[in-house]
Amino acid sequence: MAAGRRPREAETTYREALREALREALRSDDRVFLMGEDVGRYGGCFGVSLGLLEEFGPERVRDTPLSESAFVGAGIGAALAGLRPIVEIMTVNFSLLALDQILNNAATLLHMSGGQLPVPLVIRMTTGAGRQLAAQHSHSLEGWYAHIPGIRVVAPATIDDARTMLAPALTDPDPVLIFEHGSLYNASGELDASAPPVGLDHAAVRRPGTDVSLIAYGGSLPKALDAADELATDGISAEVLDLRTLRPLDDAAIASSVARTHRAVVIDEAWRSGSLAAEVSARIAEDSFYELDAPVERVCSAEVPIPYARRLEEAALPQTADVVAAAHRAVG
Amino acid sequence: MTVARGSRKTPSASKPARKTASGSRNATSVVGVDQANARHRAALLEAMLRIRRFEERCVELYSAAKIRGFVHLYIGEEAVAVGVSEALTPEDGVVSTYREHGHALARGIPAEAVMAEMYGKATGCSGGRGGSMHLFDASRRFYGGNAIVAGGIPLAAGLALADHMRARPHVTCCFFGDGAFAEGEFHETANLAALWGLPLLLVCENNLYAMGTALERHEAQTDLAMRAASYGMVAWAVDGMDVEAVESAARRAAGAIRAGAGPHFLELRTYRFRAHSMYDPDRYRDKAEVERWKARDPITRLTDRMREEGRLGERELARLEKQVAEEVDRAVEAAEQAPEEPVQDLLRHVTSAPPEGD
Amino acid sequence: MGAFTMPSLGADMDEGTLQEWLVRPGEQVRKGEAVAVVETAKSTLEVECFETGTVEELLVEPGTTVPVGTALALIAPFARAREARGEPDETVEKTPPRPKPRRTAPSSGTEAARAPTPTPARAHGHSEAGPLLRHLAERSGLDWAALHGSGPGGRVTRGDVERAAGGAARPPRIRATPLARRLAAELHVDLGSLTGTGTDGAVRAADVRSAAPGGATTPTPAHRAARPRTAEDRAFAMRQAIAALMTRANRDIPHYYLSTNVDMAAAMDWLHEHNRRSPVGERLLPAALLLKAAACAAREVPELNGFWVDGGFVPGDGVHLGVAVSLRGGGLVAPALHDADTLDLRQLMAGLKDLVVRARTGRLRGSDVSAPTITVTNLGDQGVETVYGVIYPPQVALVGFGRIVDRPSAVDGLLGVRPVVTATLSADHRATDGAVGARYLTAVDRLLQNPEQL
Repeated sequence: MAAGRRPREAETTYREALREALREALRSDDRVFLMGEDVGRYGGCFGVSLGLLEEFGPERVRDTPLSESAFVGAGIGAALAGLRPIVEIMTVNFSLLALDQILNNAATLLHMSGGQLPVPLVIRMTTGAGRQLAAQHSHSLEGWYAHIPGIRVVAPATIDDARTMLAPALTDPDPVLIFEHGSLYNASGELDASAPPVGLDHAAVRRPGTDVSLIAYGGSLPKALDAADELATDGISAEVLDLRTLRPLDDAAIASSVARTHRAVVIDEAWRSGSLAAEVSARIAEDSFYELDAPVERVCSAEVPIPYARRLEEAALPQTADVVAAAHRAVG
Repeated sequence: MTVARGSRKTPSASKPARKTASGSRNATSVVGVDQANARHRAALLEAMLRIRRFEERCVELYSAAKIRGFVHLYIGEEAVAVGVSEALTPEDGVVSTYREHGHALARGIPAEAVMAEMYGKATGCSGGRGGSMHLFDASRRFYGGNAIVAGGIPLAAGLALADHMRARPHVTCCFFGDGAFAEGEFHETANLAALWGLPLLLVCENNLYAMGTALERHEAQTDLAMRAASYGMVAWAVDGMDVEAVESAARRAAGAIRAGAGPHFLELRTYRFRAHSMYDPDRYRDKAEVERWKARDPITRLTDRMREEGRLGERELARLEKQVAEEVDRAVEAAEQAPEEPVQDLLRHVTSAPPEGD
Repeated sequence: MGAFTMPSLGADMDEGTLQEWLVRPGEQVRKGEAVAVVETAKSTLEVECFETGTVEELLVEPGTTVPVGTALALIAPFARAREARGEPDETVEKTPPRPKPRRTAPSSGTEAARAPTPTPARAHGHSEAGPLLRHLAERSGLDWAALHGSGPGGRVTRGDVERAAGGAARPPRIRATPLARRLAAELHVDLGSLTGTGTDGAVRAADVRSAAPGGATTPTPAHRAARPRTAEDRAFAMRQAIAALMTRANRDIPHYYLSTNVDMAAAMDWLHEHNRRSPVGERLLPAALLLKAAACAAREVPELNGFWVDGGFVPGDGVHLGVAVSLRGGGLVAPALHDADTLDLRQLMAGLKDLVVRARTGRLRGSDVSAPTITVTNLGDQGVETVYGVIYPPQVALVGFGRIVDRPSAVDGLLGVRPVVTATLSADHRATDGAVGARYLTAVDRLLQNPEQL
């Protein structure tokens, strides 16, 4: 860093950064409200909305019954009627109960109505494994949502993104799904107050490098960064690209990273078959074929419902060592 | 006929002095009331005839392959859409099903825009992207034909939630069929709406069949109003073949909702005279049953009543028929002439941002 | 007069079978009345008519399957209805043409009517083959149409292609990364001469760079990266590559040059006669004869057909004739006509056209560029009479042809005006001496005197 320290806020956590973003949204726009299971009195299943009920009251921090389809649908209706709802779904596995509303209504209404009905809705949900929550609370299904035209899918992986991605999501006229990886809530660090505002359109190079691109998002980003550290000790310069937005993908950023390094490792906690990693790999093959100096490597979860036992769960998930090994295979 | 069941909250009396599609119902003298009633009935008749003749023409156009896709006809159920719509203001919201031509026309969407949509033309009320099952008109707060059974109900609750949070005196009216009772989304939303006291009018068009499955073959308890009442909302059943009974019930419910009494549920007992979707072999119901219901045709019923009271001359009826026929003719003519949506615009409206390459 | 037509009864209905008439000619029908029973793929339905009138004529027999929209019956409106409206009696339309039943079945034979139409056996099973097989056949110089298919429905299988190729399977494809292939093409490095350092010996970019003239060179700007390459970028990169290659050739290869004039009278006569008899698409250019002669001569004089590698000559595994193609934006490539000595003139002509098009549209494959065993440059169409070329390393010879010109010439003691072309040879003195080169040009001359044998 150049001389002169940038002004930095005190250390914070990913969870607090999300909460601060919610607080700012609720303060700055009276059309915004938060609803979901246990977002109010309980303070959010993962503590994200703790304290917001006291500040904004039960109308705007609204506890819902366990009716994912009804309250996601209600969020869509409220968005149609001029409000800016933020709907929290406890985990991505539960979101399947609302899949009809997300796919058949939120993603299609604008097109089906010939452009008359945009749906400015934000849906937040937790995704991912790593906390021994077993096979109904641990999956990474954001790739399924990234399949759907008409919605935007984002995955903040850093404290800065946790703090700054909500505001542009709320100004987006279309539905935005925010995936928060469960293992990130306790991540701590300093917030870069002077960082320029970021949008939802671009991937970010989290670490530049020349020998191999480690392409990751969400909960896999820390693993990719750790792997890059380890590779550096072996003399391999790894670039780490954080996708940030899973739909629409930042094709230019992916192509330009591969053009620099000529090798790519895609890290995705979802299952490998039909995954977002598959999509990214296919785009590299389509857009950057003549840049490739090694086959694209993928590091994904084992094709198994995520098990409970710690050793088994760790074995099922992409680990830093797997990323390092894949990068070595690519670099040769 | 209009027995309130399971009523926890007492609905306040509806205010009759509301402007309707047929004009003011304010009346100062008995003669004036009679005349206003006659005019109002003529307007109800016209609205039902419009739907009936429009859809009859749809059958013809479908047979000629001018219209494709799934087309679900409302013939026989016109009293429901027309009667309920009378109780709604332009600021109210409407959410409908895939059997929604009647709701759309009763809401005031021009026949031309609906017919053009059936033709898949650019001038259709959904720009040719929706078709028969997905009619929309944001300017009339008509939030569409939803073709997932019960899929529109949560959305209607959200529209009502927004009005509730903004303290706007609007009602959101949600039409759905008896089949929706078997879907979780109805029950989730009924609970949510009652819990939050949302200004939601749930209108169940009980035509006795979920596609080809009879009510008693898909519901263990077939008293739908009673089941809705169990969620803690006012609910009752109405003769859905009598447009005036429907209107009166809807006015009462809408008035109570506007007064803050929370969601209301109406079960409208009705029948579709034609197949589930355009043509089917009617293996699931017998012809005698269809004939029995046809004898209760809501249009015949209203015209008979008007004739008995000497309020409808043959000349007046002929004039209405002619007017509606001309309107349908114009709609077909316009749809025939209307431009196609250009294929270059295929990706428009997927997101609000213009598609790449624009 | 209205026609009652086969209605569309569902989104997926294209045709229907008329099962039964519910009316007879002369009967009166009203709009909305059922008049016929129609069977579709899904069900059997009564269908209504949209006219009120008298059934004039039934046009379709029960059991007949017809497309949606086909007229099934004629219905004449009631005359009195017309008069009542005060409308003039319209001229009765002519009977629409009777529908041609696609197939008929007895009205009771519903099973037969329901049976799906069998898919006719495909006359040309060949067309089912995938691009890979076509590509293999093409590479093996096989005529696709002449291949016998042993697979289901007469499909050509991989085995068929390999058998037809006579087991003369080409050496295994070189393992190289896409980037390495691209760089090799741009830097004119022969991938086959490299030892790959990647997985399973795959050639990687670094291997190509270290083999490139002058050692590692800066790679050309990224292909299809974030910013697309401009035409200037491409022209620049190509100039750089040509510069590097030709510098290397001139530095490393001791060239010797030979030249001879070839009498083209016999060749041109044969060509004119051939073209007169052939449809436009099969007409030949003189270049086809020259290339074929150059290729056949290379087979006869194998010392010129191959590569100088690591201080020794390695013969080519066939005559893959490099053809110099100048590009519109400037620059030059010399992709290969594989096994040019085995192609008949028609194939050679087609291959030449294909190469030129692909070279000029940037669609050359790596194998096109790396394969040539000897190269021909033909500057005749640019007005040049004699061309002494620079050899493409690691090849050892380059053949040049100039323009075919009419020259005074003495033949058998008589002076006449004859078409003549100057054929030249640039050869690598490390690999051959002048005598070998002379043998080569003599062979070219002899071959061109017997064009019918080419």
